[in-house]
Amino acid sequence: MNSMMPLKGFTVLLLFQAAGELLARIAYLPFPGPVLGMLLLAPCLVSRAIREPVEACANFLLSHLSLLFIPVSVGLMTQLTLLRAHGIQLVLVLIISCAVGLLVTGWLLSWLLPADGEAQEPTVKSSEEKSKAAKQESAS
Amino acid sequence: MNGLQDFWVYLASTPLLGLSLTLLAYIAAYQFFVWRHYAPWANPLMWATALVVGVLLISQTDYRTYFEGAQFIHFLLGPSVVAMALLLWTYWPRIRRQAVPLLIASLAGGAAAVFSAVALAWMLGIPREVILSLIPKSVTTPVAMGIGIKIGAEPSLVAAFVVITGVTGAMIYRWVFALGRIRSNVAKGYALGTASHGIGTAAALQFNSTAGTYAALAMVLQSVLAALLIPLLFHLFI
Repeated sequence: MNSMMPLKGFTVLLLFQAAGELLARIAYLPFPGPVLGMLLLAPCLVSRAIREPVEACANFLLSHLSLLFIPVSVGLMTQLTLLRAHGIQLVLVLIISCAVGLLVTGWLLSWLLPADGEAQEPTVKSSEEKSKAAKQESAS
Repeated sequence: MNGLQDFWVYLASTPLLGLSLTLLAYIAAYQFFVWRHYAPWANPLMWATALVVGVLLISQTDYRTYFEGAQFIHFLLGPSVVAMALLLWTYWPRIRRQAVPLLIASLAGGAAAVFSAVALAWMLGIPREVILSLIPKSVTTPVAMGIGIKIGAEPSLVAAFVVITGVTGAMIYRWVFALGRIRSNVAKGYALGTASHGIGTAAALQFNSTAGTYAALAMVLQSVLAALLIPLLFHLFI
């Protein structure tokens, strides 16, 4: 692979994010720039000149997305007193309502899209899939 | 001792501290996650956060100093969301066929999460302004803040609830799906994106790419629907 590819891909992502921010400002849309940038970029991926660099960069960014949430998540430490004031009840509410959301969505989709198997070959392999594949290889 | 302290002060004044601390904590937490065979309670985001908070509290470093360095990692969230376009593009023919079921699942799942939270909080006697801040909790942070302002919620509480909901989803999903006998990766991913926005999407991307794609899609749809419907319904009925 061309060594410029990931760099070009990153540039494309930044440019589309900027375009998204611009669109949100001009049209007074209540959505964040990156989400609009994603929607703008998706149809442009038909072009190989755009898609290939983005592919080279996206795998790296998306396989460890959790890392990028650490700074925000550490920010909870500034809210500790607020959270403590409302106590354990609030944590309970958050856990139960999250489980309800997961169950309702999951059940509905399992029921509405029953025959949805894993027919399509994924292009972006997740880390867990990779480790499973590696295990199978070493076992055989 | 003095030399060490000087070095710490120097580190804290550059982005080096926040950056390297975040990366080290994540690498350690991720190794632990792999070592525990991807057990949900070993969630790398939760443990990395705990590690960083621990180090900051022990060294009496404030969050602002830490964020000076960590903001470079935080910034990458933007391009990562844009990069999810690749997932949408790859799965587009399939997604288009399933548009109606997916939309129904987004509406019902989002509503279920909001109403169960509000009803439960009300029963437990949680004050009104806190309940208001619970409403946008399933939506990605910037959109949630915008909704929060429109319905008169407390912005710092909104942000805290969004993060806690995300981490909660990433930690409990495996038990919830086992309990509910939810097996398809499409349903799993879509549920994670609907209930736990970006953090749920990160968790879905870590176990399966189909799940990750549907999670990203669900996250986007949830933020669009919430931004349009929550302020509207709120002003109509309350």
